[in-house]
Amino acid sequence: MSAIEPLLRIDNLVKHYGAPRGRKPAIRAVNDISLTLRAGETLGLVGESGCGKSTTGRCIIGLEQPTGGRIVFNGRPVEHGKRAALTAMWRDMQYVFQDPFASLNPLMTVFAILSEPLRLSGMKAAKTEARVSELMQLVGLAPEHGNRFPHEFSGGQRQRIGIARALALNPKLLILDEPVSALDVSIQAQVINLLEDLQDRLGLAYLFIAHDLSVVSHICDRIAVMYLGRIVEIGTREEIFAGPRHPYTQALLSAVPIDDPDLRGKRKRIVLQGDPPSPANPPSGCAFRTRCWKATEICSQAVPALEPKPQARQAVACHHAGTLTADPA
Amino acid sequence: MTPAKPGQPLLSVEGLITEFRSSEGTVRAVDEVSYQVWPGETLAVVGESGSGKSVTAMSVLGLIPRPPGRIAGGRILFEGRDLLTVPPAEMRAIRGKAISMIFQDPMTSLNPVLSVGFQIAEAMLAHGDMRRSEAAGRAVELLRTVGVPNAGERYHQFPHQFSGGMRQRALIAMAIANRPKLVIADEPTTALDVTIQAQVFEALRLAQAETQAAMILITHDMGLVAELADRVVVMYGGRVVETTDVRTLFHAPRHPYTKGLLASLPRLHERSERLTPIPGAPPSLVNRPTGCAFHPRCAHSAGRPMCRSEVPAMREVEPRHWSACHYAEELGQSRERIEA
Repeated sequence: MSAIEPLLRIDNLVKHYGAPRGRKPAIRAVNDISLTLRAGETLGLVGESGCGKSTTGRCIIGLEQPTGGRIVFNGRPVEHGKRAALTAMWRDMQYVFQDPFASLNPLMTVFAILSEPLRLSGMKAAKTEARVSELMQLVGLAPEHGNRFPHEFSGGQRQRIGIARALALNPKLLILDEPVSALDVSIQAQVINLLEDLQDRLGLAYLFIAHDLSVVSHICDRIAVMYLGRIVEIGTREEIFAGPRHPYTQALLSAVPIDDPDLRGKRKRIVLQGDPPSPANPPSGCAFRTRCWKATEICSQAVPALEPKPQARQAVACHHAGTLTADPA
Repeated sequence: MTPAKPGQPLLSVEGLITEFRSSEGTVRAVDEVSYQVWPGETLAVVGESGSGKSVTAMSVLGLIPRPPGRIAGGRILFEGRDLLTVPPAEMRAIRGKAISMIFQDPMTSLNPVLSVGFQIAEAMLAHGDMRRSEAAGRAVELLRTVGVPNAGERYHQFPHQFSGGMRQRALIAMAIANRPKLVIADEPTTALDVTIQAQVFEALRLAQAETQAAMILITHDMGLVAELADRVVVMYGGRVVETTDVRTLFHAPRHPYTKGLLASLPRLHERSERLTPIPGAPPSLVNRPTGCAFHPRCAHSAGRPMCRSEVPAMREVEPRHWSACHYAEELGQSRERIEA
């Protein structure tokens, strides 16, 4: 670990939903997650629906109150439930949502949407206009379209508005929650390139939450793979994609359809049996064991620790990762 | 268009025009679309939102709501009969028997108050002379075929007790229940997680192997196309812009849109410095550009006036490869990749 304090540090984050005295068992959305994010870095948070990746993002930005653990951003602990402290933090941390149709107020013009955070931060009206126009140019929109409403823009343009709004106060970290998955294929590349350009120009850090591994492999420096509320593998992009060591990561990567018809039938594909278990009633020990072809007795008895393994630099939470080769068998 | 394969096509869509009335006037969602499906093959129909790929399929199924929709021209020949002239009662007999469908959202395609197995059996009883017990037995068998574990118990469960992947498999079972000749699958895996998608691919493969049915796979996922399709139809702005076999399409596309689409995809195991997006956005139905609908976004047109003024016709630019680009011949450079 470097001596420099990371921009974001999460220690043992836990988020359970449902009252502890309630009759129904609590939904264990996030179970003991720790990770760090350096300034200017992109960390991918990958997993399937219900794995807790969005809940993690929402806990970080303070939209959810964690059940346990600690989040330190920019040298200060995130003070959940304290509105003033959160508002101050949001100057440096912003969220971009998946659905550019639902996340913009249809009754506000783009100018109003983009000037609102500026006004709330106390910026003078005269300066606001220049900043809005600068923001629109930054994300590739024509400033003269500021008087238009969200419905007058295409999906890709609306996502650009969402990004511009997030950038209004020069944040250090953007949490991008599936930012391109609602967009048409030919538009996705535009938004990905925009995000990369903005990172280069503004030195932003990204927490990139996504299920599309091709997109993640393109944009992320490091990747954390989640399954049922836990990180099962975390490492650099190269470590995860070239030598996945957790059986779930291996299955996930092998399930991605590759757009080359010549490879049809030539790739080893792991088709997992069954569905992910319910986070209300997770299996004992390793949560993946019910679908894992490597599972043995120990997997039902002990939760595997996320730790570096022999011949692998990434951390893997698997009892058998020591015996697993990078090439899935 | 001459057939790419010997024999008669199972389905031949010829010059189909489907229009909708809207507050902004009549819009043409499908504009002179033609394609063929041969027995047993998988034809992928690829396109973005508004390309007309789903409306074409709904037209084939006779499911265009009228009004506001209207089929304004063309023919849809299924086994030589024009489905547009078939009386509604007969169309109902074809739909669900000879032609069946799988939709994107399995929750809205299943009745929430009836058991899943009952609904599959019902599909058979509606179209065949069969005893209920016999249909029930076959429904369990079908659920097993598409990989539903404990099929006997699952038969009695309701849709809400099924996960998304399981529901989609139940729909696949229902779609093949009457041994159809053609299955139309509209984004069958889009709503599902990656590992569940892989399960549903397998189910689709097994279902097709079991019935030998032809399949129209409507999707925007080029990975899925590469894995499942024999031939591909690419649609843009309500028209077909390119059609050929799957290998040629991926290695030597002859339409700038197809080329741009393939170039814009991020790839696993490949970190190019930058992606190459297609500029602009897909056209809206109301304001379709003149001439070639793709010309405002086209990297290849270079502002040539022909692209603005004339709608390009589909031409066979090399054997069994059709493209609707005035300058398709100029796009033949990537040929060496397919030879290598």
